Amino acid sequence: MSILDLVFIVTAGITILASIGVVTSKNILHSALFLVLSFLGVATIYFQLNAAFLGLVQIMIYAGAISVLIIFAIMLVMSEDINQSNLTHKKGSFIGVIVAGFFTFLVSISIVSTKFGAVFNNALENPVEDIAVMLMGDFVIAFEVAAILLLVAIVGAIIIAKGAD
Amino acid sequence: MENVELLFLNIAKFIFNWLQSIGLSPLWADFVMLVIKFACIAGIVTVNILILIWLERKVSGFIQQRLGPNRLGPFGIFQTVADAIKLLTKEDIIPSRTDKFIFRTAPIFFIIISLMLYIVIPFGDGMQIVDLNIGVFYFLSVGSLATIAILMAGWGSNNKWSLLGAMRSVAQMITYEIPLAFSLLGIIMIAGSLRMSDIIAAQSNVWFILLQPIAFITYFIAATAELNRGPFDMPEAEQELTAGAYTEYTGMRWALFFLAEYTNLFAVSAIAATMFFGGWQGPFLPSWLWLPIKAYLIMMIFFWIKWTFPRIRMDHLMSFSWKVLIPISLANIILTGCGIHLFRWMGWW
Repeated sequence: MSILDLVFIVTAGITILASIGVVTSKNILHSALFLVLSFLGVATIYFQLNAAFLGLVQIMIYAGAISVLIIFAIMLVMSEDINQSNLTHKKGSFIGVIVAGFFTFLVSISIVSTKFGAVFNNALENPVEDIAVMLMGDFVIAFEVAAILLLVAIVGAIIIAKGAD
Repeated sequence: MENVELLFLNIAKFIFNWLQSIGLSPLWADFVMLVIKFACIAGIVTVNILILIWLERKVSGFIQQRLGPNRLGPFGIFQTVADAIKLLTKEDIIPSRTDKFIFRTAPIFFIIISLMLYIVIPFGDGMQIVDLNIGVFYFLSVGSLATIAILMAGWGSNNKWSLLGAMRSVAQMITYEIPLAFSLLGIIMIAGSLRMSDIIAAQSNVWFILLQPIAFITYFIAATAELNRGPFDMPEAEQELTAGAYTEYTGMRWALFFLAEYTNLFAVSAIAATMFFGGWQGPFLPSWLWLPIKAYLIMMIFFWIKWTFPRIRMDHLMSFSWKVLIPISLANIILTGCGIHLFRWMGWW
């Protein structure tokens, strides 16, 4: 076992434990912080796959921005006891088990039927340049459509929050 | 001269060869070297902080026409050491209704993030721990994690001043991250790379401060806000929030926040020196002296501004970023793009 395998096992373990922590924490703010930890764990897995750019995007957007948004939302709507804010509901547990089992079944089918032909060590010399050429060249229309969609969503959110007048 | 320039590189080469001669495989020798490099970073950070805190107190004293620390040692240079010992020996008070784990880990998380920034700083020619091909992006994205640490501190303290301070701090840091990143984009466009060494090499003829003066000003203002320094120190405005997110912290835990702020200050100044002032390039002196000299000169401007300007109101601060800085930095990107095309079209470059 090389040192890289050891690093992978440790980071993957932390990621999984953090994800379990997101679900089981009674305090919803702890859940949000565990979510940050699992985002960081996923980023380290990207680094180990030589996808450093993707890993940094994961850190910047998910761990640095989205999670802050989640924590802000929690803090602003919080009113009752924080330690009872993320309780599990027994009512929905039966349906939950069925849905989760079905989802796991689908994922395992897709994992088993995939031939993992990817070679890990063929890191691109300059991935940023390739991504930029793709986004601004071949897929520029899809890129712009996504940008306009996000803009419309932001404007819509502001109008809903502040009123149209 | 040659030996002085290569001093640290030769030491590193010597240790690496010695490690291999005692029977370590190249992979493990690399690993040990990495640990040694991180220890060096810790040393650089500690020495820097001791100097910086003393310097800031002296500079602020000079600006406010006072003496500043002057009792311990010549010019009071041992004052910081005495303060550090005092902080280390203080009782570690954790208030009873805090969120204990979050309260304890927040300062550690904060200082780890600021130490991680040093990995991509080129301290001299070839003296960089990792020369990432996306070094600038690494600096911006790892730096964005600091918001989480401040939120943890503010929430974990279970105190309304802490929470208000943390909220302000996070709102401010998220807002000013955008002009910070945009101001560096113009340089990346000219240099054509996100790698620190390429950016320094692109400045061998002309420093980017001359090509991108607007970008430097927006970078500087955004960096001041990112560091929560005056005149943008709303998160810890003493008169209204006691000490913001750090209100409940005492002893070494508080000192860790304090250390991390100065660590960030040096990191941001070193990146400014690298991006705008030619990095380690300079005549006569060895390269590993030029970067600290430039970084310290930039930090003097930070001190000067902090002790000269009064604090700005929070809503003014936010609207300044959204309505002034972001449009200016976007216009700068367009201007830079047009300039690059003009130069290529005319065949000057």
